[in-house]
Amino acid sequence: MSALFILIGISILVAGSFLAAFLWSVGNGQFDDDYTPSVRMLFENNTDKKTVSKKITKITK
Amino acid sequence: MQVEKFYYDNRTVKNFAYATMIWGAVGMLAGVWVALQLVFPSLNITQYGSFGRLRPLHTNAVIFAFVGNGIFMGVYYSLQRLCKARMFSDALSKIHFWGWQLIIVAAAVTLPLGLSQGAEYAELIWPIDLAITVIWVIFGWNMFGTILKRREKHLYVAIWFYIATFVTVAVLHLVRSGELPYSWLKSYSFYAGVQDALVQWWYGHNAVAFFLTTPYLGLMYYFMPKAANRPVYSYRLSIIHFWALIFLYIWAGPHHLLYTALPNWAQSLGVVFSFMLIFPSWGGMINGLLTLRGAWDKVRDDVILKFMVVAVTAYGMATFEGPMLSLKNVSAVSHYTDWIVAHVHVGALGWNGMLTFGILYWMIPRIFGTTLYSKKLANNHFWLGTLGIVFYAVPMYWAGFTQSSMWKQFTEAGQLKYSFLETVTYLKPFYAMRALGGTLFLVGALLMIYNLFKTVNTGKLIADEAAEAAALEKDGARHSGEHWHRWIERKPVQLMILSLVVILIGGAIELIPTFMIKSNVPTISSVKPYTPLELQGRDIYVREGCYVCHSQMIRPFRSETERYGEYSKAGEFVYDHPFQWGSKRTGPDLAREGTGNLKKSDGWQFRHLREPSSMSEGSIMPPYAFMLEQTLDTTQTAAKIRAMQTLGVPYEKGYDLVANSELMKQAQSISDNLKSDSIRVAPNKEVIAVIAYLQRLGTDIDKNKTEK
Repeated sequence: MSALFILIGISILVAGSFLAAFLWSVGNGQFDDDYTPSVRMLFENNTDKKTVSKKITKITK
Repeated sequence: MQVEKFYYDNRTVKNFAYATMIWGAVGMLAGVWVALQLVFPSLNITQYGSFGRLRPLHTNAVIFAFVGNGIFMGVYYSLQRLCKARMFSDALSKIHFWGWQLIIVAAAVTLPLGLSQGAEYAELIWPIDLAITVIWVIFGWNMFGTILKRREKHLYVAIWFYIATFVTVAVLHLVRSGELPYSWLKSYSFYAGVQDALVQWWYGHNAVAFFLTTPYLGLMYYFMPKAANRPVYSYRLSIIHFWALIFLYIWAGPHHLLYTALPNWAQSLGVVFSFMLIFPSWGGMINGLLTLRGAWDKVRDDVILKFMVVAVTAYGMATFEGPMLSLKNVSAVSHYTDWIVAHVHVGALGWNGMLTFGILYWMIPRIFGTTLYSKKLANNHFWLGTLGIVFYAVPMYWAGFTQSSMWKQFTEAGQLKYSFLETVTYLKPFYAMRALGGTLFLVGALLMIYNLFKTVNTGKLIADEAAEAAALEKDGARHSGEHWHRWIERKPVQLMILSLVVILIGGAIELIPTFMIKSNVPTISSVKPYTPLELQGRDIYVREGCYVCHSQMIRPFRSETERYGEYSKAGEFVYDHPFQWGSKRTGPDLAREGTGNLKKSDGWQFRHLREPSSMSEGSIMPPYAFMLEQTLDTTQTAAKIRAMQTLGVPYEKGYDLVANSELMKQAQSISDNLKSDSIRVAPNKEVIAVIAYLQRLGTDIDKNKTEK
């Protein structure tokens, strides 16, 4: 069952590298702006008022 | 910066929305029908309407037709708006839509005809598998084309989920569809026995993960903030749980095979990763629910938010239960029972169903420039749906736990307390209640269809919705000092490749050793290939969907070895293309049907197939009287033997030429045997082949014993 040990080894290696990548990215300031994208998606860029329901234009304002 | 004017394509969105509603109703109706068949076996009308053929129709319809169209509807609506661009190509959108509907119609025709590959959720025959591949590529082409011409640099989290969905489903579908055609409609799986089982549940579980979960998480991340008009609780959490989820999910498949003949290490691996999955899963649930922080008063009035809250809550419950069910000691109790059926329906009805309904109620009035026809009807739908889930799940949990306990009950004298049949007839009231719950859910969905039909009538489709945005600067290069993840967020192709690498790691590590390392599947010298007649009988077993209700995998528990005989070994299945271990015991295990204390006479098998309740009173198995009339198709025998030879089954060279005469010899002997039991049936009938197969099951290992 040597495969089991190889697999555990690889799993730990892969999982570890993901953890390392995550920690590095936090330290590197990757997530400094983790707010704007979540707000930006709320805004629609509809222009033609006639084709847009009133409700949507209200939200956009 | 130049502001560009463009138009969103709402027509394709509308088409997918209509398809979602129609196929949803069809799939749920099929579900209610098969639920009723378990209460009233007389509802198995003709061979085309028997449970074994209709249950795959129900599962395929709700997964690929209802949820599938739901995914495309949501993706086509949200992707355009998140990318600030119209879909890449109207022609591709059209081909995608009609192609997918054609595949669904083909499935709805072939499954009742008994054209099946005999693998759960992958039953569709190889020409349809090919069509799915083509249409899926077209979907991906259209999606990546849109992403590439987007006007918004940042890829919102929902898009990552769509990309991961596209890539992983493509990989899953290709690997699971490894099959060798031997005629224009039929094929055998490349894989046999244990390997086939591992591939199947690697596929099966990831179909849950990447067809029912990740795309719907993407939809949640778009439509829930939109419906609540507030940003998602934590964008950072969404990043973390995305990567964690796709990485962990791909390993979880073996938890469907605990205590089976699958190598133990693969089982352990599946358990560990399944358990870890609770964290990213709950990350998504918490992120969804907390999006409503400080806005819970809205949920009281807004029926759309109610649907979404129940959906996300159901997701949380199902993803808590999943890791628990993946523990070996819990699986020992829950596997093969209705507990699993309850579990998947909390996910399917709650998470997929309720989120789809919420999205439809939110989106349809918007693309028709109107308001919802009746909030009151929508509220009624909400309560019917929610109560439907409760009435469905609670009886099924009860039934699953009860039946499992009865299976494991011994008398003081050390004998099994209940016959298998007793544990089935005991469940009938629960099955009836389940059908009621399903009906409530279906009625709710029909109310929605009426409500939205009325809504559509008050408005007019805004087929091309005008919008404007600044053009995107042509700057894909990585800025110095910029983080790699920021760079990759702007690069869909790279993101796709990275996602592919991440999911392939898990798949490869689990699959490759099982194929390469011989010691994982110990061969047993007495295990021989099926005779041509048995092979034909096996193909009928697959055609009728017997695996839907019968397992062929005895777990190493005393309660199972006492009932069914020696526990199953990996080496017993090396010639099984496809494997037929099953996942649910609505009927008893058949792995050793032809040997030991389960062995019955040919006459018993004949009478039981003709009318199961004549041999087992109260049996809910459908009758298979048509097999007595239908002539066995032997025109393909040689082709089947040759296909098996190609797949490595050691039939002697040239055996395909004598296969049919061998077949007739064996059929004649069974026919003669039945004659001595005062049953007159011609040797060329299908029932003879099925009896031959059933009598063969499990006998190889016995030979081993007598030789020793």
